[in-house]
Amino acid sequence: MEHYLSIFIKTIFIENMALSFFLGMCTFLAVSKKVSTAIGLGVAVVVVLGLAVPANQVIYQAILAPGALDGMMGITDPANSIDLSFLSFITFIGVIAALVQILEMILDKYFPALYQALGIFLPLITVNCAIFGAVSFMVAKNLTLGESVVYGIGSGVGWMLAIVLMAGLREKMKYSDVPAGLKGLGITFITAGLMAFGFLSFGGISL
Amino acid sequence: MSSDNKKVLFGPVVDNNPIALQVLGVCSALAVTSSMANALVMSVAVMLVTAFSNLFISIIRNQIPSSVRIIVQMAIIASLVIVVDQVLKAFSYQLSKELSVYIGLIITNCIVMGRAEAFAMKEKPGVSFLDGIGNGLGYGAVLMVVAFFRELFGFGTLFGIEILQLTQNGGWYQGNGLLVLPFSSFFIIGLTIWAIRQWKPEQVEED
Repeated sequence: MEHYLSIFIKTIFIENMALSFFLGMCTFLAVSKKVSTAIGLGVAVVVVLGLAVPANQVIYQAILAPGALDGMMGITDPANSIDLSFLSFITFIGVIAALVQILEMILDKYFPALYQALGIFLPLITVNCAIFGAVSFMVAKNLTLGESVVYGIGSGVGWMLAIVLMAGLREKMKYSDVPAGLKGLGITFITAGLMAFGFLSFGGISL
Repeated sequence: MSSDNKKVLFGPVVDNNPIALQVLGVCSALAVTSSMANALVMSVAVMLVTAFSNLFISIIRNQIPSSVRIIVQMAIIASLVIVVDQVLKAFSYQLSKELSVYIGLIITNCIVMGRAEAFAMKEKPGVSFLDGIGNGLGYGAVLMVVAFFRELFGFGTLFGIEILQLTQNGGWYQGNGLLVLPFSSFFIIGLTIWAIRQWKPEQVEED
């Protein structure tokens, strides 16, 4: 239990998807004008990450990992071992796209209110690199199924925290006098830089 | 070359830059810019993927049903990225280790997807290919600017060749520790945007 808790805390603060690995930056910078939309998008990202990371973990370990299919195909000679790991990118992105599509249908049918609230954000999530990045990190870190559930949800919560904080700052920034050339995107970049600087202070903590 | 083609090819470098104006492809711009060599490889990879995905999507644009177009685009982009990844692994293993997940993340790089959706779905193959090259150039230009400042003032080198001799090697230059850290690219991109908008005031955002 303690092990899972430490992964959870670590993915939220120390290895924050947005501010330590700079993943999901496009949406992070483009959709952080209002706190309410930021929360909606954040929830959607948490849900998709919580499903996509474990789903891809199962597929990777059962089919794509080097030697995973040997038992099923009756291969005993290591020289003939099947290695499908070069297919992982295309499989992961397919699984993510399919999951988002299914989630959209389920929400539309059973939770129309939530579906209305998330609206355009759901399809956008397919191309959010935070999802694909978390899945790639899951493979690189060689996580087990249980760990990957915690890792997925944790990185989603971390990303949501970052975008909500950013939206809060940008709402306040409307009232400040920013030089014309820096307005909008420029000052957002610099704010994000300062936030990443702040998150760096979690870096020394080891759990 | 006709003036239209020239505009498609060189327009994205300053007038319609993917990172500075369209807010596309920011994630990888931050993480891989610690050295000029990494940035160059990444720019070339993104340029090739964008150009060829634009070309192929444009060739089959009239055959793709609009309801599944995202998945079709994803499949084409993912296959191209797999090719790039395998080539890098085969010929430059050290570099592919350094770029790690960021090569895979070209799949979800919004430049590729964004240009496929916004340009290649409507235009003829030849001009779509040029648009891909152009946007790759615009992306590469920002990456090279950021990497230039980070490598020169952070490590005192350019492409690994010593320009400013560091104090720890008996020289006079004290490396800037801030520029070694990835988030310093936020500040450099923010200031680059400011510089571009001083030069081209029509890009300034109103809020």
